[in-house]
Amino acid sequence: MIKWICIFLFSASCFSAAAQETFPVNGVADDRPRIFAFINATIIQNSDDTLRNAGLVIARGSIVAVGRNINIPRDAVVIDCKDKYISPSFIDIYSDYGVPVPERNAPPYSYSAPAQLTSNVKGAFGWNQAIKANVDASAIFSTDENKAKLLRSFGFGTVLTHQKDGIARGTGTVVTLAGIKENLAMIKEKASAHYSFSKGTSTQSYPTSLMGAIALLRQTYLDAKWYKTNPSTEGVNLSLKAWNNIQDLPQIFEANDKWGDLRADRIGDEFGVQFIIKGGGNEYQRIHEMAATKAVFILPVNFPDAIDVTDPDDVRLAALKDLKHWELAPSNPAAFEKAGISFCLTTADMNDPKKFLANIRKAISFGLSEKQAFNALTKTPASLLNIYDKVGSLQPGKLANFIISSGPVFDEKTILYQNWVQGERYFVNEDQWNNFKGIYKVSVKSPSHSTEYTLYVKDNQNASIITTDTLPAKFSFNGKLISLNFSPEKKSEVTIRLSGRNDDGLWSGNGIDENGDVVLWKANFLKTLPPLPESAKKKSEAAGAKITYPFGAYGWDKMPQSENLLIKNATVWTCDEEGKLEHADVLLKNGKIVQVGANLIEADAKIIDGTGKHLTPGIIDEHSHIATFSINEGGQSVTSEVRIGDNLNPDDINIYRQLSGGVTTSHILHGSANTIGGQTQLIKLRWGANEDGLKFKGADPFIKFALGENVKRTTAAANNRFPDTRMGVEQVLTDAFQRASDYEKEINKAEAKLNTGRKKQDRSKSVWDIVRRDLELDALAEIMQKKRFITCHSYVQSEITYTMRVAEKFGFRINTFTHVLEGYKVADKLKAHGANVSTFSDWWAYKMEVADAIAYNAAIMHKMGLNVCINSDDAEMARRLNQEAAKTIKYGGVSEEDALKMITINPAKALHVGDRVGSIKPGKDADLVLWSDNPLSIYAKAEKTIVDGIIYFDINRDLQMRETMLAERNRLIQKMIIQKNAAGAKNTTGR
Amino acid sequence: MKKVLISIIIITSAAMQAWSQDDIYPAPEYKGLLFITNATVHVGNGEVFNNATIAIDNGKIKQVGVSVPVPADDVKVINAAGKQVYPGLILPDCDLGLKEIATGVRGSNDYRELGDNNADIRSIVAYNTDSKIINTLKANGILLADIVPQGGTISGASSVVQLDAWNWEDAAYSIDGGIHVNMPSFSEPLSQNPAQVQNNSVIPEHMKQAIEKTAEIKSFFMQARAYLQDNNHDHVNLKFEAVKGLYNKTQKLFLHANEVKQMLAGIDFVKEFGFDVVIAGGRDSWLIADLLKQNNIAVILQAEHHLPDTEDDDIDQPYKTPAILQKAGVLFALNDDASTPRYRNLAFNAGTAAAYGLTSEEALSAITLNAAKILGIADKTGSIEVGKDANIIISEGDILDMKSSKVLYAFIQGRMVNLKNKQTQLYDKYMYKYGLK
Repeated sequence: MIKWICIFLFSASCFSAAAQETFPVNGVADDRPRIFAFINATIIQNSDDTLRNAGLVIARGSIVAVGRNINIPRDAVVIDCKDKYISPSFIDIYSDYGVPVPERNAPPYSYSAPAQLTSNVKGAFGWNQAIKANVDASAIFSTDENKAKLLRSFGFGTVLTHQKDGIARGTGTVVTLAGIKENLAMIKEKASAHYSFSKGTSTQSYPTSLMGAIALLRQTYLDAKWYKTNPSTEGVNLSLKAWNNIQDLPQIFEANDKWGDLRADRIGDEFGVQFIIKGGGNEYQRIHEMAATKAVFILPVNFPDAIDVTDPDDVRLAALKDLKHWELAPSNPAAFEKAGISFCLTTADMNDPKKFLANIRKAISFGLSEKQAFNALTKTPASLLNIYDKVGSLQPGKLANFIISSGPVFDEKTILYQNWVQGERYFVNEDQWNNFKGIYKVSVKSPSHSTEYTLYVKDNQNASIITTDTLPAKFSFNGKLISLNFSPEKKSEVTIRLSGRNDDGLWSGNGIDENGDVVLWKANFLKTLPPLPESAKKKSEAAGAKITYPFGAYGWDKMPQSENLLIKNATVWTCDEEGKLEHADVLLKNGKIVQVGANLIEADAKIIDGTGKHLTPGIIDEHSHIATFSINEGGQSVTSEVRIGDNLNPDDINIYRQLSGGVTTSHILHGSANTIGGQTQLIKLRWGANEDGLKFKGADPFIKFALGENVKRTTAAANNRFPDTRMGVEQVLTDAFQRASDYEKEINKAEAKLNTGRKKQDRSKSVWDIVRRDLELDALAEIMQKKRFITCHSYVQSEITYTMRVAEKFGFRINTFTHVLEGYKVADKLKAHGANVSTFSDWWAYKMEVADAIAYNAAIMHKMGLNVCINSDDAEMARRLNQEAAKTIKYGGVSEEDALKMITINPAKALHVGDRVGSIKPGKDADLVLWSDNPLSIYAKAEKTIVDGIIYFDINRDLQMRETMLAERNRLIQKMIIQKNAAGAKNTTGR
Repeated sequence: MKKVLISIIIITSAAMQAWSQDDIYPAPEYKGLLFITNATVHVGNGEVFNNATIAIDNGKIKQVGVSVPVPADDVKVINAAGKQVYPGLILPDCDLGLKEIATGVRGSNDYRELGDNNADIRSIVAYNTDSKIINTLKANGILLADIVPQGGTISGASSVVQLDAWNWEDAAYSIDGGIHVNMPSFSEPLSQNPAQVQNNSVIPEHMKQAIEKTAEIKSFFMQARAYLQDNNHDHVNLKFEAVKGLYNKTQKLFLHANEVKQMLAGIDFVKEFGFDVVIAGGRDSWLIADLLKQNNIAVILQAEHHLPDTEDDDIDQPYKTPAILQKAGVLFALNDDASTPRYRNLAFNAGTAAAYGLTSEEALSAITLNAAKILGIADKTGSIEVGKDANIIISEGDILDMKSSKVLYAFIQGRMVNLKNKQTQLYDKYMYKYGLK
């Protein structure tokens, strides 16, 4: 019976669907005006205007009139909405509704797998499989009633949908959730262009990394612009053509993370694009940075569930930042509102979209205003997509997209009855349209007698008969049909079975009584149910977790400030001309070293007693891989276009751990997966700063090169990427610089041509209209112009030598050979070339090319007069670099002071920042370490590590923070246990 | 009748001509008397003797003390004035002599066998005394090592070798003393998926697998026990035979485990089988130190120079774990599993432990006597005590601190071993090339 009704209701809505003129009709035409008038409603026109006791008229799927005193057309179907609310339905701006979901993401990059160097896509498309600018969601969209029904059930009427696959994803299309033909449901064919950092299903090797994805996007912007000049060498490139065609649409970037958001925005800034940024939900952790993007954001409400924290061994693995995020995630939208940043809300990323409204309510309890929540689902997305003339509010002329509910849409108790899309009615909780809950008098009349019962109807599935006892009843009510079974007495095994129908609040029907007699029955509404005792009053959440910088372990409540510091009476290892000074004072002001000497006095400086302690320059790690999201762009042998600085991770705990080992500056290198790797980034370990704040400003730019086994992929099962031998590596280098030389020549020629044109300096045309700007060759040209410098991963003497010869051929020098474990074999050649060297203290025999590596390497090269650095290449070892340097005393008899220089002034010089850092000298940056002991001793601990005059690590503060963190973890875990238990209890009683 | 006074200069120049490692010979057997005088002797058991003499006879320690007479005729005397004397260091868990070039050269590797239950596999037979790595360890004071096979759940038997030998039969110091089991992992980092919801009633798949695997390991040992009740079998089972010593405690069970749950499962092997159990790995052992003590489970900590397991852990957790075990009374040794310096920093692992809560002598014990106890060779070595083999090193200064750690002499069973190695030879070669020496 129930089933039959459902089919009836569903098909009813299909029958009334609008017809299209071009489509032939198999049968008799059935064009209907579809005029409906909703009266006596509370109408939310938009977030500002609410009309009480008002009416809404729609016809042929559009709104005709809204207001308090409107004419109701005579041919309208009138629907009384007394005590009901009508509001515009929601818009989900980040959906993939109705478009094919890409099968699965390509497997992650495997170092040992064969490379796929070209695109697998057939046709006149571009070179990279992840650039799918030609994908057009409108061409692949088809309605999906199951998904539409789900989205409608919590208030959505319109979505922007696109295919979430690739780095460039083509265009999105705006469709309504009406179950009508796609032609009519589609209200904006091409509404947006989409991008991401994820290559999705692309199986092509490049890009293997986040920084590679960024470089690919940047290069594609350049290529697309160049393609507009119709270069004959390119032929037809449908990817670039499509890219150019969609640039005027709203540009949406799926960044999914606070730092990713900033990266996306930076790409936009470079190419004059203001992206709409799809965030990840952790933006509240860096809200000031978000505001600075000036972007509109799309925010998910996928707030994490409490994790199971009952097993202490497992919960140890849950990070404080995740526990805190669990507590604070619902505050994300409120943080945007408070910061005045415009945003939309989306169902995207939710494991269970049914929780959407509940999560919105959660966000509201964390301070999001209902008004902004409403705008974020209506006007804001509509305006962004230039469809506010069609959807997003209730105005004549707009689509008849609205919901009818029992109250304000975000109220917990509100029931959504109907969701109208383009004038089509869809039932959500239709059975509750009439308020039937309450106490009824039921009269059952059999041939012999008549009995009365009192019926408590709690909802459409639960009711009970009240006599002297409370008798449970089997009850169902679907708005129209009623079924009721109960036993007339407690413990009675016989039942009275009734069925009937609702006629405007009066229930009546027939049935069989306990004696088997046929009965007639009716029920009259007496009164509403007595109100249940209010469960805990709704209150705004007071989130306990603090936003710290960084957000996770050991973060600051407030970023520390530079202060004037006077370190007294320490053994000062200057690593400069003055050598080692006993009982010396060092004064730091405004982030700089001001004075070094004895008995210094400074009234407004904080005194640090250095008695018995040792003060050294901050340690500089020439070769580090911390604080980044990706290290290797292994997709090609030459990737000079990628930049480590594009993907720094300021939250990396290794920054803090290394501060605890006295490191203040780190040279973050690309990995060694390819011959010409990426551009490096020098950072200072300013724990808590953002990406930009980490960067060592004004330092010369460097680039990483690599030689030997890693770049020829010795351990790969089946290498198909050139080169496979050291002979090939030499040619990769030669070829790269030959191409860069030719590129320079081409640029010069183009410049000359522009300058000698009829009009001197033709401003309308640039060199890049003539020459295709190539980010890879740009970086190589910079090397030849001595504006960018190489640090080259190297092991054996043959490759060290040939690399120097290639550089010499092209007129430049290798700035630094890093690792350079056979450097001792060619120390004289390195000296003649003018290279710096940076090596491990004692690594060897972990692969063939280090079979001749010796721990005496540093000492020999030092004795040969080379500028020798000791580097880490390892996040653990970096916090013991002082000990690694000390090994040169053991292996080769280097003096203590010279050993210390290998991790201070020597790397500073190698990195061209010797005038800024690396020694204790007035005028230099106040980057210092106060040690408990001789800094070359294994027993020495860094007690204070100072960067720019700011104490970023203090051994005592560290101990305090451990306790604070432990307390915070415990608080959050207890809270999770309580919530989990509460949720568990609800689940068991609910069924 | 002449007294041979050997100075540092004589020793270092003696091997100067040797350019290739093939010219570094194991020291011949030494039958006579040997004295180390004026020494600061770090016994290995916590004791220190200043200005002491060690008398060695026929490769064994005969006397240690401040008033040991040195006869005037036909003896070797090493004057260790101002130097530090220690027992030879013991590397308790390594693939030395099995793995030469760690990656990219398959032919140089013999450390990991195929199969899941390799109880019958014996590392000693593949131990390559000509490995170029061995001599670099001696040069840093490591004189003994336990050679451990890898791979599978039960990897096989380890043997202790002394590091100055012509072949594996000469090198063998204690054969097949450890049976090595790799405990399955019970944990899956939650932090990788913060949104993950676990249902209390469902045991996650990885956990189920670990429980099943553990049951399978136990089943093997149950069947072995039953089999070994009888020594007359129609079909000899080599795997059961190989673990016989576990039941009479002539062998120990080394459970390779880092997680708490893995280690807790290990307690069963004590309770159910009465084995001598050693945890190798023990990263999280600090969390259950008292429990390990109660069950007499010893621990080999694989490496001090590790990052903490989690972002929230104390940043110096691995550094201070030894001090926590020491305080709880757990018998533990330190290892150096670092794959890039190839294990030669064992002493500095102990140095770090000393910087973070152990005394210097406790840290020394962790790489000498404790290791000997765990490996079942404490009756022969591990400390400078009367009756033990003269496995002794003499260092310029504090062996635990790289700035002063320089091994001048090393003796294995009283034989003064050559401290030259491939690295010193290449050093000499290129100092010669550049005219620096």
